[in-house]
Amino acid sequence: MLTVGDVFTSYGMIKALNGVTLSASEGEITCLLGPNGAGKTTLMFTIAGILRAQAGSIKFDGQSIERLSAAKVVEAGIALVPENRLVFPTMSVEENLEAGAFIRVAKDRAGVDDDIERMYMRFPVLKERREQMAGTLSGGEQQMLALARALMSRPRILLMDEPSVGLAPLIVEDIFQIIRDVNADGMTILLVEQNANMALSVADKFYLLEHGRVTFEGAPGELEQDEVIRRAYLGTE
Amino acid sequence: MEYYLGIAQTIGIHALLGWSAYVLLLTGQLSLAQVGFFAIGAYVSAILTTMFGFHIVPALMVGALLGGFFAMLVGFPALRVKGLMLVVATIAFTQFVSLFFFNVHWRREVDGVMAGPDSTQGFREIRFYAANGWDTLDVTLFIWLFVLLVMVGLWWLDRSRAGAVLRAVGADDLAAQSSGINLTVAKVTAMTAGGVIAGLAGGLYAHSATYVDHLTFSVLLATFAIAYPIIGGIHNVLGTLAATIFIQGILIEGLRFLGDWRNILFGLLIILVMNLKPNGIMDARTMRAIKRIFAGGKTADSK
Repeated sequence: MLTVGDVFTSYGMIKALNGVTLSASEGEITCLLGPNGAGKTTLMFTIAGILRAQAGSIKFDGQSIERLSAAKVVEAGIALVPENRLVFPTMSVEENLEAGAFIRVAKDRAGVDDDIERMYMRFPVLKERREQMAGTLSGGEQQMLALARALMSRPRILLMDEPSVGLAPLIVEDIFQIIRDVNADGMTILLVEQNANMALSVADKFYLLEHGRVTFEGAPGELEQDEVIRRAYLGTE
Repeated sequence: MEYYLGIAQTIGIHALLGWSAYVLLLTGQLSLAQVGFFAIGAYVSAILTTMFGFHIVPALMVGALLGGFFAMLVGFPALRVKGLMLVVATIAFTQFVSLFFFNVHWRREVDGVMAGPDSTQGFREIRFYAANGWDTLDVTLFIWLFVLLVMVGLWWLDRSRAGAVLRAVGADDLAAQSSGINLTVAKVTAMTAGGVIAGLAGGLYAHSATYVDHLTFSVLLATFAIAYPIIGGIHNVLGTLAATIFIQGILIEGLRFLGDWRNILFGLLIILVMNLKPNGIMDARTMRAIKRIFAGGKTADSK
């Protein structure tokens, strides 16, 4: 569904991605593991159109998206849940959800209202806090809000950048349960994680990214768990 | 009475200038270029009324549109810079505009007298109001008509989806981008809207002052322009107006009797306000308190 072919991205002189190739299949959870600085977030930003690839192709349902602006990528059906949640802190929970539906709210007001209700059913805690400023939510609640906000654009694939970062272990369990639920409803997910154990527990397929290159791809279990964890945290060499 | 009307005019014009910076602050951009657009509006509309016999309303409109046009031009490169670099770049723009008008010498004879900007001598005799028999009250009402129009316009914008988009960009541009918001469109639109408001304010200023020169359009004025929305808070449009009244009406005019001590107290009061009300005079809490007072009043009536 989403294929990334030999993508190079750099920040000025520093090469962050050195020819990354991977794909995410429809209905699956694809995980991307790797140590700090491996280029995981860079890859997410490149797919989302926030950064430009110097070379390589990104195809979504056969359509080339590597030249599209971030706004157009969202319209194409790809939604990013950025790292550290990044909700709009001074806006209410409900306003955050509306902001997520920005691309279609003018045409489809009723549909947006329905979706907001659906999000409240899936995340009852957000309903309780609908009038509250998003910045005052707990970390886990903010992560739910960021996820719900991304779903509001009715994406066909969800890019999640380190949903577990900075959350207590119990909350991480909750978040991953939600990820499983969203996937069970048919959502394709590309997940970047540092928490290799949690990621492998939900993944249909995973990639190891080191120094801006994919160094392993396979299903969970194909590589010994210890080896995955060592390489996900420390890298080889 | 004339004196108070004069203050009301200043407050009105400065509130407009403050709102022009407010729109940008919503998107998280701190701009000192507003005075540049203000200067463009002032010179252009004054040239049209004094040299070409325009009525003030179309002259103001042209000044405002040109202010907006230049703001749009500044907006595109300004997208590339953020924070302090944007502040420096926009100061440079204001200086550029001010020095440009310092050098403009364009005079033409109208009814036997020379009119128009006279470079270092400034632009004198902007006499539309006097020539058409408007008294100070007329002028004040005219200015406040625009103040109210802009205020209602911005109030409506704040409540609309466009306002939510601007605030989303201001809150976090990465999150805004990943929600499908086009940053370029949002930021340039805010810049343009700010330029239109500043250009309008400049035209009103030139005609009520009857004289402008390049020194009017200083970095100090640009600092005031951003101080109003910052001190007033960007929670809603009333904050900027409240801060303008506070600074122009109370601190500058109200403390005149203190003589030289005024400047010291001025700085002190601003520091005090920023400490007591870090989110602005009209923050969410003040608004709730005001709503409570009004709601309280209503229940008392119903008894």
